Amino acid sequence: MEIMLAVLAGALVAAGAYLMMNGKTLPYLFGLTMISNSANIIIFASGRLTFGKPPLVPEGEKYIQGAANALPQALILTAIVIGFGLLVFALCLAYRSYYVLGTIEMDQMHSSEPGTEANPQ
Amino acid sequence: MNSVILSTTARLLLPLIVILALFVFNRGHNEPGGGFIGGLLAAIAFTLVEKSAGVEYARKVLYFRPLSIAAFGLGCTLVGGLWGGIKYGYFLKGVWPFITKLADGSKSGLPVGSILLFDFGVFLVVLGGVLGILFTLEEVVASETDLEDS
Amino acid sequence: MAETPDEPTITREAGIWRFIPAVIAALVTLWFTKFISPVANGQYPEYVVTWVESAGVSFAFRLDGLSLAFALLICGIGAMVFLYASAYFRSDRRLLSLQLTLIAFAISMLGLTTADDAVTLFIFWEGTTITSYLLVGFDHEKETSRRAALQALLITGAGGLALFAGLLIMGGIAGTYRISEMNLLGETFKSHEMYTTIFVLVILGCFTKSAQWPFHFWLPGAMAAPTPVSAYLHSATMVKAGVYLMARLMPALGGTDLWVWTLIPFGAFTMILASVWAMRQTDLKLMLAFTTVMGLSMMTMLLGVSTNAAIAAAMTFLLVHAFYKAALFLSVGMIEKGSGSRDYTKVAGLSRALPLTTTVVGLAALSMAGLPPLFGFIGKEMIYEAGLHSHHAAMFVVGAALVANALMVACSGMVAIRPFFFNDQQAPKNNPADPGWGLWLGPVILSGLGLLCGLFPGTIGYTLVEPMVLAVAGEPMEGYLALWHGFGMPLLLSVATFALGALLYFGLDHIREFLFRIEDDVPETERWYDGFLVAMGSIARNGSILVQNGSMTSYLRRTFMVMAILIWVALLSGTWTWPAFALSGELIDWAIFLLITASLSVVLGSSSRLAAITALGGVGAGIAIIFVVYGAVDVAMTQLFVEILVVVFMAIAMVKLPVTGIARFRPRDAAVAAFLGLGVTMSMLMVLGTDIDLSLTDFFVEKSYPEAFGRNIVNVILVDFRGFDTMGETAVICFAAMAAYAVLKAGRKVRK
Repeated sequence: MEIMLAVLAGALVAAGAYLMMNGKTLPYLFGLTMISNSANIIIFASGRLTFGKPPLVPEGEKYIQGAANALPQALILTAIVIGFGLLVFALCLAYRSYYVLGTIEMDQMHSSEPGTEANPQ
Repeated sequence: MNSVILSTTARLLLPLIVILALFVFNRGHNEPGGGFIGGLLAAIAFTLVEKSAGVEYARKVLYFRPLSIAAFGLGCTLVGGLWGGIKYGYFLKGVWPFITKLADGSKSGLPVGSILLFDFGVFLVVLGGVLGILFTLEEVVASETDLEDS
Repeated sequence: MAETPDEPTITREAGIWRFIPAVIAALVTLWFTKFISPVANGQYPEYVVTWVESAGVSFAFRLDGLSLAFALLICGIGAMVFLYASAYFRSDRRLLSLQLTLIAFAISMLGLTTADDAVTLFIFWEGTTITSYLLVGFDHEKETSRRAALQALLITGAGGLALFAGLLIMGGIAGTYRISEMNLLGETFKSHEMYTTIFVLVILGCFTKSAQWPFHFWLPGAMAAPTPVSAYLHSATMVKAGVYLMARLMPALGGTDLWVWTLIPFGAFTMILASVWAMRQTDLKLMLAFTTVMGLSMMTMLLGVSTNAAIAAAMTFLLVHAFYKAALFLSVGMIEKGSGSRDYTKVAGLSRALPLTTTVVGLAALSMAGLPPLFGFIGKEMIYEAGLHSHHAAMFVVGAALVANALMVACSGMVAIRPFFFNDQQAPKNNPADPGWGLWLGPVILSGLGLLCGLFPGTIGYTLVEPMVLAVAGEPMEGYLALWHGFGMPLLLSVATFALGALLYFGLDHIREFLFRIEDDVPETERWYDGFLVAMGSIARNGSILVQNGSMTSYLRRTFMVMAILIWVALLSGTWTWPAFALSGELIDWAIFLLITASLSVVLGSSSRLAAITALGGVGAGIAIIFVVYGAVDVAMTQLFVEILVVVFMAIAMVKLPVTGIARFRPRDAAVAAFLGLGVTMSMLMVLGTDIDLSLTDFFVEKSYPEAFGRNIVNVILVDFRGFDTMGETAVICFAAMAAYAVLKAGRKVRK
């Protein structure tokens, strides 16, 4: 599974980056989601994989041996929620920028940039 | 989203899911669950109602303003932290007023204390934060006309 | 360049409080006088507060002869300038801000001259730079003031940075930042291989501050400042900081060939250049600015000569110059207030109307010209004496001093005779008259001091000059201050100076016309500065247009490219061992893998947004299954719920966003993305192949139930062990909700 997870993480990052470079706000958000998913997988797998033994101390015991690594799980759990918050905020921003600027093309949103001429693509 | 069946089902399901969310939250210290998960679950319950019966109804059912809930939750986490801070001098140290430690190392008593309050704060923040954005987004989207139609 | 008719902006007289700074400064001066006798007897008070102990930096202050003389000048002249300013700006609402900035400047200057720690010194040095920026730009509504202030700031600030580097190197070599200890290590510095570097850096700081060529032009420019500020900063105190530092570090750095052959030529050149251009000016204040540059270069040149006599001459001239130049600046302000102009072609014959001003200017100008029995005469005699006995280029030094002094005589005539005598009264203002006591008291005291010191040179010699020389030269002064040194070469040179000066004065108008004609053809270093600024501006502009081209996608492409390159560099530069992983045989693993890759391809390839969003949910669900299978139940639940909400949110917002259709394939982006993704995969395989330290996890596992009463270790970590972290995260959620609310509600218009 390690190889698969590594491939998946790479594939998610690549797909995410490709979508982010699309230049439109909605695919950008898709890409963002994928990259944060990939980050979660990377953190999770870095704590090593343990099949089917959650880190729950059984009733009557004081601790548990050989369970899945709990620390990355705690980190990912908050990361997912924070990532969700970020994504939703970005979504609101994309939505509002479409209404204010009248475009979803990110390359046309440069009212705060020094060179008014956009890079011809 | 105007299905009567869905709308009715959602209204009926709402209390059940909220109770489930509270249950998930409460057992979180010992079983899978907790403030984040419970909060998300409760938020999903209200999302369901909102999608089927409209924002106005969802706001009415929620009763409190979502951002107020989130702010109250943040206050809960702060108080949960200060509780241990005042009692033991360490901010966020767990205080368990109803738990006694037995001689053999096991415990007995009610698992209620500063940590539960803290977790409840997380629950409320997640619930309020998600719903706050959801309701606002829905209202704003509904009130604005399409750019392309003009 | 230097138009400063300081018109009051609001006419409401300031209260009695306006005298407070002057009184305080006077009291501090008195307090410092009690150190005169201990310092003269070789007892140097010290005051040390430890600051950054590990770096050997402390707030150390030490009062030796040099520091004490400066402290007295700063506070004494400060008192008079504060008094003058409170009268000058009496009905100006900006008086308070001017006074406060002046006080901040005075404190910086005091700290600079008494500091015994290189870092402390530098901090106060920068303090004077910043406060002088504020003071020069006091009339900030005027373009010229802002320009002059920025010019002074950039030049002295750049020099300050060089100085700081030099001081740090010195501290590194000496192993201490205490200047008094550095000064004992002179031989170490002079034979060290970094000596040239240190010297250049420190001298850059001194030359910029003390307006030596090629940095001299900021000082005349800084005459945009109001008169009290010019009198204080640009004559008596701040510009002397460079000279002070050269004198202060002379035991450590001075006396080498490099020192001598840098200071003498630069000093002499600046001196003559400045005094020639002083002849060109008709604005008396601007003329004084050029003569100030000349005075500073004179001191620089004398410090370059490096003999005991030269140091004594430099220190004496420093005091001479401080007295007469501050007096002249202030009295030019009196002329302006009294008659309405300070341009000597616009005023004439004022001696009858402004008798007091005439006297004050006359006394100070006599000192500047170096006529007996004034203090200036003693200073000039000592300069010639020192020049004649110089070990290096004696004739050059004397010649340069002679020319410059003769020009000073002409300038003295310009300021003391032209506006007052030999002409019918002429002034822009009706009924010109002497200004009030607040304006004349300071100049009177200062020019009086010039006379007193000339009449009783022994006193000032014993109290100030001799301790100063001792502090700089490290040995007692040879000889003594006296008005009459007998017939000899110096006296002869003085007479020659007066003769030449008188000649120049009578030819003044012709010389001025001539200088005026050639002005535009003479190379000016100020143009280098302007050119440099323009070049910097265009480099910055072109650079930012190049980097910041307004295209979001190109930013992203570059960011991803850099990330990918960094990952690959790390991978390729590290040691490689291929991890021993086998492909999984479990069915569930393959199922998850297929689910995620299939969803991924739908997101990438689908033209339907709804399909894409759903497939995105599929990716998330697949990941949630991974979590479930590998023992992360809580994470899986969170992931699943979040995915549901993401789909809902996306669907809501998507309704209003325009359909984009299928995007064409972009090979360049695909290549960057693949490069990055491959890097991530490879680095992850490498990471998984190494060993892991589980001690932190073990700690949580062991303590979770016994200490925190929770069986769900993940949740216990979240709400107990790492509770503070979680608290921050809840705050982030709240902020995200508030920000989203603000974004959604702001700028909302319902379009028709």
